[in-house]
Amino acid sequence: MIPESAAWVVLGLPLASFLLIALVIRPFFNRYARWAGYVSIAAIAGSFILSLWSLSSTTGLYKALGWPSHSWVKAGPLDFQVGILMDGLTAIMMVVVSGVSLLIQIYSQGYMHGDRGYARYFAYMSLFTASMLGLVMSSNILMMYMFWELVGLCSYLLIGFWFHRPAAAAAAKKAFVVTRLGDFGFLLAILYLFSHQGLFAEKGLNSLLISDILAAAQGGLLGATAVTWLGIGIFAGAAGKSAQFPLHVWLPDAMEGPTPVSALIHAATMVAAGVFLVARMFPLFEETSAVLKLVALVGGGTAVMAATMGMVMFDIKRVIAYSTISQLGYMMLAIGVGAPVVAIFHLFNHAFFKALLFLGAGSVNHATGTFDMRYMGGLRRSMPLTYLTFLLAALSLAGIFPLSGFWSKDEVLAVALGRGGVVGTLVFVLAVAGVFMTAFYIFRALFMTFEGNFRGGVAAEQAGHPLLQAEVLSPQPASHPPGSASSSAERHVHLAESPLVMVLPMVVLAGLGVVSGFIANSPVALRNVPGHWVSRLLSPSFALAEIEKVPFNWPVALGSTALALAGIGLAYLMYGVRRLEPQRVVRRVGPVYRTIYHKYYIDDLYEGVVIRNLLYRGVCGVLDWFDRAVVDGIAEVVGWFGRNVGKAIARLQTGQVQAYGIGMSAGVAAIVLAYLLWGGG
Amino acid sequence: MVGFQHYLALSGILFGLGFYTALSKRNAIVVLMGIEVMFNAVNVAVVAIAKYLLPFSLAGSVASGGEPAYQFLLTGQVFAIFVIAVAAAEVALGLGIVLAIYRARETVDVSQFTLMKE
Repeated sequence: MIPESAAWVVLGLPLASFLLIALVIRPFFNRYARWAGYVSIAAIAGSFILSLWSLSSTTGLYKALGWPSHSWVKAGPLDFQVGILMDGLTAIMMVVVSGVSLLIQIYSQGYMHGDRGYARYFAYMSLFTASMLGLVMSSNILMMYMFWELVGLCSYLLIGFWFHRPAAAAAAKKAFVVTRLGDFGFLLAILYLFSHQGLFAEKGLNSLLISDILAAAQGGLLGATAVTWLGIGIFAGAAGKSAQFPLHVWLPDAMEGPTPVSALIHAATMVAAGVFLVARMFPLFEETSAVLKLVALVGGGTAVMAATMGMVMFDIKRVIAYSTISQLGYMMLAIGVGAPVVAIFHLFNHAFFKALLFLGAGSVNHATGTFDMRYMGGLRRSMPLTYLTFLLAALSLAGIFPLSGFWSKDEVLAVALGRGGVVGTLVFVLAVAGVFMTAFYIFRALFMTFEGNFRGGVAAEQAGHPLLQAEVLSPQPASHPPGSASSSAERHVHLAESPLVMVLPMVVLAGLGVVSGFIANSPVALRNVPGHWVSRLLSPSFALAEIEKVPFNWPVALGSTALALAGIGLAYLMYGVRRLEPQRVVRRVGPVYRTIYHKYYIDDLYEGVVIRNLLYRGVCGVLDWFDRAVVDGIAEVVGWFGRNVGKAIARLQTGQVQAYGIGMSAGVAAIVLAYLLWGGG
Repeated sequence: MVGFQHYLALSGILFGLGFYTALSKRNAIVVLMGIEVMFNAVNVAVVAIAKYLLPFSLAGSVASGGEPAYQFLLTGQVFAIFVIAVAAAEVALGLGIVLAIYRARETVDVSQFTLMKE
């Protein structure tokens, strides 16, 4: 059984690594920046091992370990306690966060090699990991909020890591501001709880402790309306972090950061926080069916919308980014239909194959120097390991038997179907549509990147080869036949497999991606792992009456596999063997394509209508008028008054000392007279 | 018999004369003389008060029939000596200023001096 101190060490190790790198290595020993990587990796490896210990401890119990929280701040009625809520949900998240982070940091050593900010990078990555670990371990909602904001801060720092590029700086700012909109809802929910601590105190509860909040929600201590608003506020925060519609716009732009950062953000840290939060507060959501329906519909809608956008992007990282939004939609959908176990199971599998997809994209970028798939192609031969791992991840994402994505995605579909009703049916249809699109977009990316002939990489891109915005895909740019890249770009295009330090984590992730789904939540008992292991582990965390076992649903499994295969087949026809010319397909559905290609004009709506017209011209216009007319007006009047009164009084100043003497004596006389007449009582 | 009121009246008349002189005369020397008169008016009042009035804190010792303590109190007289010393210093300073101004302006008419306006 893991002691509580060991759990604090899990949090402390990456934090210590951050402090060591930021305060010692970077300022004083920047010549030995390589050590920053070693320190960070060692710390997170330690965290990972202790996380595994936590997981085995909670597995033995199948319930929370029940550590007490410690008082940190006591002021009047406020009692702010910090502690670790160690249950199955926490433990499995800890393992995912530290494990994926560990592999990504190993990979980063190769990817970030020679970068001037190498030490800074590992400092941020350590802090990022520490924040996310703190977030999942918090027993207090305010403590969780602190780590929640730290995660937001770290993602800001890492997305804007190459801050000298304007696009990166803008993307970092966008991510920070957009998620902040959602966080505002979360903060309001916390403030509501805080303001009602008297209500909790009567029952001997603490209004900020997560377990007490859930108990109060279930015990009817909070009214139905209050629970609904709390749910909406918390979901707003989760939607911002997990990039759900309408706050999804920051995630695709977050691609401006280094690729391993994207992998970490998309797999284990930033975006997982939203899903985790909703799952953690699930007993509260369960009390309010309206909010759960909202969660399901937002999730389902986001899943399909993001998938359609993923189908038309040319930037490989953007394709994967939209895929993340879509998959997060699936997780939200699962929670919305009342199956948080399935959501976390999907999160667990998704973490491995999504991290792998990003690492694959980074590996491809390492070789070609570009992220634009129109300038890739044919990489299968030069990068066999990257190709193989990317293929496994893509199959897993598409949900092909027996890879991990198959198991969790089918559970999502099965619970949506089982939920029934209008909402359940609707989200089931959305989810099924998403399955087809998912398979299509990821295999479109795979074929464009790895099949066909090489199309020049960054050399062709910099030469401004006329590949138009639309689906123009000449198999081979005439002016840039492969192998004759201009000498200036030879440094960038280097068609070879990435170094071992990058490939090894990918292979490990691929292995995990293959087996994680089946072993973790197998429908049947395996030799050492009981059937439905994740369900057994997680069900107590959600206060479910019984262990949530989703039975294997043959029609759903066969149907979804058929759909996924159809998606892969279509991608093969269009981009593999080019039977269907993509250009002709695009022309056939012109307006639809344009709408999707412009991301449903949502960015334009936000920036053009909301920010430029509503905010700049509307709100700021009124404020500007108010400032000029009222505030400046008052200041003008005060100034005029002072100036003129001053002028009038200045006449009294003659410079004649004797006149001053007369004035002073008159004043003294007046005071004495007044004292004699009215005072002195 | 000359009593407390007479001293105070003398002090008041002297103060008034000095005050009038200080504020109304044009000659800076005369103004300084007026100020000296005011100082001395105060000296008269201070010594008279010390002679005739009992500090509140000592009232008890008189009521109990002991030796009248105030006969030995010289507070007012000490004050008067201080005032004389200060007045001497002040006159020295004042005459110095008057001399300096006279050198610059060739006049000691205070109505011509409007330096505090600048």
